[in-house]
Amino acid sequence: MTANSSITGTESPTGISVPVPGSASDGDSGTTDRGRTIPRTGESFSEGSITLRRALRWWPIALLILFLVIPYSAFPVPGLLDGPLGSPGSLQLIALCLLYGALATGYDLLLGRTGLLSFGHALYFAAGLYCTDLAMLELRLPVLPAAAAGIACAILLSLLLGAVSLRVTGIGFSMVTLAFAQAGAILVQRNPGGLSGGEEGRAAPADLLPASLVGIGNTANLYWIALGYLVLTLAVVHWTVGSPIGRVWAGIRENERRVEVLGLRPYGYKLIAFVVAGTLAGAGGVVYLLLTGGATPQAATSDATLALLVMVVLGGSGSRWGPLLGGVLYTWAGHRLGDLANSSAVADLPAVLRVPLSQPLFLLGCLFVVVVYLLPGGLARLPARLRAARAASAVSARAGSTVPAPTRGSEAA
Amino acid sequence: MNTVVLLVCTGLGLGALYFLVASGLSLIFGLMDVLNFAHGALLSVGAYAAWWASAEAGTGFWPAVLFGTAVGTAASVLLELAVIRPLYSRPRDQILATVGVGLALPALIMGIWGADARSFQPPAELAGAVSVLGAVVPVNRFVLMGAALVVLVLLRLFLSRTRYGLIVRAGVEDRAMVTALGIDVRRAFTLVFAIGGAAAALGGALAGLYFGSVNPGQGTGLLIFAFVVVVMGGMGSVTGAAVASAAVGLVQQFANYYTAAGLGDLSVVVLLAVLLLVRPRGLTGRLA
Repeated sequence: MTANSSITGTESPTGISVPVPGSASDGDSGTTDRGRTIPRTGESFSEGSITLRRALRWWPIALLILFLVIPYSAFPVPGLLDGPLGSPGSLQLIALCLLYGALATGYDLLLGRTGLLSFGHALYFAAGLYCTDLAMLELRLPVLPAAAAGIACAILLSLLLGAVSLRVTGIGFSMVTLAFAQAGAILVQRNPGGLSGGEEGRAAPADLLPASLVGIGNTANLYWIALGYLVLTLAVVHWTVGSPIGRVWAGIRENERRVEVLGLRPYGYKLIAFVVAGTLAGAGGVVYLLLTGGATPQAATSDATLALLVMVVLGGSGSRWGPLLGGVLYTWAGHRLGDLANSSAVADLPAVLRVPLSQPLFLLGCLFVVVVYLLPGGLARLPARLRAARAASAVSARAGSTVPAPTRGSEAA
Repeated sequence: MNTVVLLVCTGLGLGALYFLVASGLSLIFGLMDVLNFAHGALLSVGAYAAWWASAEAGTGFWPAVLFGTAVGTAASVLLELAVIRPLYSRPRDQILATVGVGLALPALIMGIWGADARSFQPPAELAGAVSVLGAVVPVNRFVLMGAALVVLVLLRLFLSRTRYGLIVRAGVEDRAMVTALGIDVRRAFTLVFAIGGAAAALGGALAGLYFGSVNPGQGTGLLIFAFVVVVMGGMGSVTGAAVASAAVGLVQQFANYYTAAGLGDLSVVVLLAVLLLVRPRGLTGRLA
């Protein structure tokens, strides 16, 4: 590993070419052009509009400040949330949304940035979750050392299993990661030595948690922790993707053989991606433990990983904000659709409509297929696609002829 | 000795079930590079169709199995035509779309028939047990083994004796070359999907016999072991899948019996890890 990273520092920034948007075959190309506000359609902007656009580049900071003060707000958002913004119920749901947004962002380090389709990511999340909980319950460690132990478990596990599963490439890798994750899920469910609590899971010990993290009145603190975890994940992903290693990842995603030809060994780089993503997932497990007050076996199932996959693809894999958006939307929809299923409006419908509407997973699965079909690149690509479509129609109206939209090429590829 | 015979029979029965799921999965993957995540859902469709036919519509057992297989086949053809084919040029999106279907279908089944397992009544002649070398073995194990053997022989005959089998074999080896020769691989895709779906649905119908009940999550649970079998056997190899599924079934049963219950499932994964460390390309040495 050390040999590899020393090579990276000197060679890869010039050695690996930056992927060209539109050249990828799977439709999630073009990390370089997202999240920027540079007009791409060739229209010119006035001075004032440029200043405005520069100012708009700071919108993530503004959004972050907005999210920081949400617990102080009693703003009602009917339809979106049950109670006003600052109420514990709403805060809990928003915190879960942020947590899953962060998890999806971390998972995208594998899928969208390195091109690794892992089906076992929930395992590292569950490792962080259960190891932290067990360190508190069995070893009576305080929160922080327990969290460190949990994250260490996730790092070790992802290093070990990543080293094995990266021996196979392509879809074989997906299946092997899935098999490992399934083994983890089974282990958790079988309750070895009464440690995992089986189907019931195990609650976190309230006496070992600081008072500021326990009880409904302190939901705001947990919410801030989730927000902090999200910011940390975004920072880590952004920083690593921009680093020389991240450029090799992009190279591996586009064409692994080319990276090999350049004299780099993709294995080590892929393992780094795997471990970084696993570590982030483990940290997410710690946050989940604090947020929900316990460890449940659902966190380890293969469905949990598939949910992460759905979030990433829904939002837009390989983009900066897409996975976050997808994670937030999926989590929110999962909760709200559950409420919809229990509502009287649905209960009165005829069976043909009631049965599908009462299954959130059915609706989300169908929505997922539709997005895969109609929106390659996910929701994050939607504004760019709309812009391109508008520009194309404007151009064709002016010229009186049909000009294909710029993004068409990457769709068809 | 009795225990060993019983464990062997049970392990092979379970392996037969894995083979029914994995053979189609392996062919689909080998030919199309599509990891069909909806394959477990197809199994559930077959299982529930067979259960519905025998429990609600009141047909006999064998017509119910036939019905379940037919419904599963129809569902898989529909899946190929409606979901896979439009995404022909986007291999990864094909996989993602099957993930969506694999989530949605079991949820729909759960919505219609509930999350609880439905008991599956075997016919009288299959409910009993026979004595083999002093061990008392339930008959359904042999039904499963027989079905898997029949499917294996039929698949091998199809692959080696028919024109489409030739195209499929050639497509598994080198799809680009077959296409370049002017052969329409798409029809072979649909055919392979139909065959895979039929085998999975038959597996679903017989899984009801083996487990005595059907539940919406059964297919997905079996699918993961089928994945293990496909990786171990070498992608696209039917014979490899047969050998690997027998090995997986046996290892699982023996480990479950001689160590703690549940360790059998873990030992399968350990087996996979060891195999990958020794032979990253699987038993038959095919490219992953």
